[in-house]
Amino acid sequence: MALLQIKNLTVEFGSEKKPFRAVDQVCLEIEKGEVLGIVGESGSGKSVTAKALMGLIDWPGRVVAEKLEFDGQDLQEMSDKQRRKITGRDIAMIFQEPMTSLNPCFTTGFQIAEALKIHEGGSRSERRMRSLELLEQVGIPDPSARLKAFPHQLSGGMSQRIMIAMAIACNPRLLIADEPTTALDVTIQAQIIDLLLNLQKQRQMALILITHDLALVAEAAHRIVVMYAGQVVETGPVPEIFETPRHPYTAALLEALPERSIGATRLKTIPGVVPGQFDRPTGCLLNPRCEFATERCRRDIPLLQTDADGRQVRCHTPLDREGKPQP
Amino acid sequence: MFSFLLKRIGVVIPTFIGVTLLTFSLIRLIPGDPVELMAGERGVDPVRHAELLAQMGLDKPLLLQYWHYLTGIFQGDLGTSIVTREPVVREFFTLFPATLELSLCAIIIAVAIGLPAGIIAAVKRGKLTDYTVMGLSLTGYSMPIFWWGLLLILLFSVGLGWTPVSGRISAMFWIDEVTGFMVIDAFLSGEEGALVSALSHLILPSIVLATIPLAVIARMTRSSMLEVLREDYVQVARAKGLSMPLVVCIHALRNALIPVITVIGLQIGVLMAGAILTETIFSWPGVGKWMLDSIYRRDYPSVQGGILLIACLVIIVNLTVDILYGVVNPRIRHNR
Repeated sequence: MALLQIKNLTVEFGSEKKPFRAVDQVCLEIEKGEVLGIVGESGSGKSVTAKALMGLIDWPGRVVAEKLEFDGQDLQEMSDKQRRKITGRDIAMIFQEPMTSLNPCFTTGFQIAEALKIHEGGSRSERRMRSLELLEQVGIPDPSARLKAFPHQLSGGMSQRIMIAMAIACNPRLLIADEPTTALDVTIQAQIIDLLLNLQKQRQMALILITHDLALVAEAAHRIVVMYAGQVVETGPVPEIFETPRHPYTAALLEALPERSIGATRLKTIPGVVPGQFDRPTGCLLNPRCEFATERCRRDIPLLQTDADGRQVRCHTPLDREGKPQP
Repeated sequence: MFSFLLKRIGVVIPTFIGVTLLTFSLIRLIPGDPVELMAGERGVDPVRHAELLAQMGLDKPLLLQYWHYLTGIFQGDLGTSIVTREPVVREFFTLFPATLELSLCAIIIAVAIGLPAGIIAAVKRGKLTDYTVMGLSLTGYSMPIFWWGLLLILLFSVGLGWTPVSGRISAMFWIDEVTGFMVIDAFLSGEEGALVSALSHLILPSIVLATIPLAVIARMTRSSMLEVLREDYVQVARAKGLSMPLVVCIHALRNALIPVITVIGLQIGVLMAGAILTETIFSWPGVGKWMLDSIYRRDYPSVQGGILLIACLVIIVNLTVDILYGVVNPRIRHNR
């Protein structure tokens, strides 16, 4: 059985009459020890999905799901108190902005030990020992001095390492990393990703890697979920998706990779932006930006269909091996 | 830290001189002089008038008078009251404990109610609780103190008879002054009913004086809290599995308090201004009422001295607030 099963997760904001769907009937599954990449442009609902999973969506946001199960436990059925026992211990999350994710008024030591305190208890000295161990694991030099440091005394890379230490403090079985390297510079990015993947292998955690960096997903993830405007448009194992994308959006994203434009004078781009609350098209949400859009795409909403090989795609005319749309 | 203090004190000196200049000139701008007011409607012979003015040193040119006043201050002499012939400093400090007791009680009420009210309003943003708290605080903020005081007297003292109308303690008790705070002294005296009497005298004026600071603190806490609740570290704290009350009280409050502390410090000035009205309404024998009486009598030295001492108090409180900042906010502590 999958570690995490999400079926038809919907997150809505705004008024009840004219709600805005930030996440639209998303289905996800992740196995124990698997690395799942979620990719998509800004505004495609990646982060909101993660927050809904962590129970961080507040009123006036509304979260509805047909199924939201972690290790066989229904996250929607349980009380807030029970759910808090799972969040932070079994499911942990790393956020995008390390510099603003640590509380400026408390030492890093306090903030790491806090997670241990609520979930594992133990004495103060035990927690301190454990925090030191964690800092060593995430590659922070001179850990005992760093425990006393305040966040403003740390660099971005260092802060993200602290965030990782905080997230893995209680040995989570699922770690969600929401664009963990976006705010960091390139050399540090590679270090942080290496660290995350090493920890994932050592501890056999499941890892959801949310990013818009396709190259990163290609290297790190086993499976990939492509999101667009709050919907899942394509899922499948990494090598297959990269070789033969079936959704025009995935294909366009791959085309936009600089590596694929070597020798060309201009990089390929996808014209337009992700639709917001007021410019939602009818039919397929991608149709104004899709080069293969037909009359049917503008009229009917496509459904997410599972192919014979287990890959899923939401398109009326999925692409074949040559990248041509099949009617 | 030391250089920070020096810088602060450097700003204090010009403020101080400004206050002396302002009070000196403002009180003299009010028509009428002390002799005329003492004589009342009977009037006074012009020769005698000039004689008396000369006795008080009020016949000299203004600049010279100001110079005498200023040199006196630096020697620790704030002059002698024209009316009572008592040194101003002694008069002030005899009455000051009463004002301090009232102000402390008011600020405690304001913080104890304002802070939680602001927090609750922020957490319940956009709901009925929020609107209620904010509506009440706006009403409180807009309420003229003298009118609000009279309303409370009408209801609780005259209508319900729960509290006395004026003074610090019932005339039945004679309490030895130990701390100058009637509530504490009454408690120490051990006399039956004294503490209750002192408290019942204190409660209404404190509420009246606390109203505006309470409203300001509640509104400030709410907006500061709302800002902090949107921060990433609040989400992170929740993602750790902390319950909402814990997140608010540990992670958010500490950060939200930073601007609120400034506001509380600034309210001390408001309290002193409010004390003048409140003490007058409730016949509370403090410096506020004494200042107002001194203004009526054109008791120049008392008014000047009183305002200067109150200004000192406000300056010291704000200096303390600046130092307190560092305790709450580690970023400031390390930058100094």
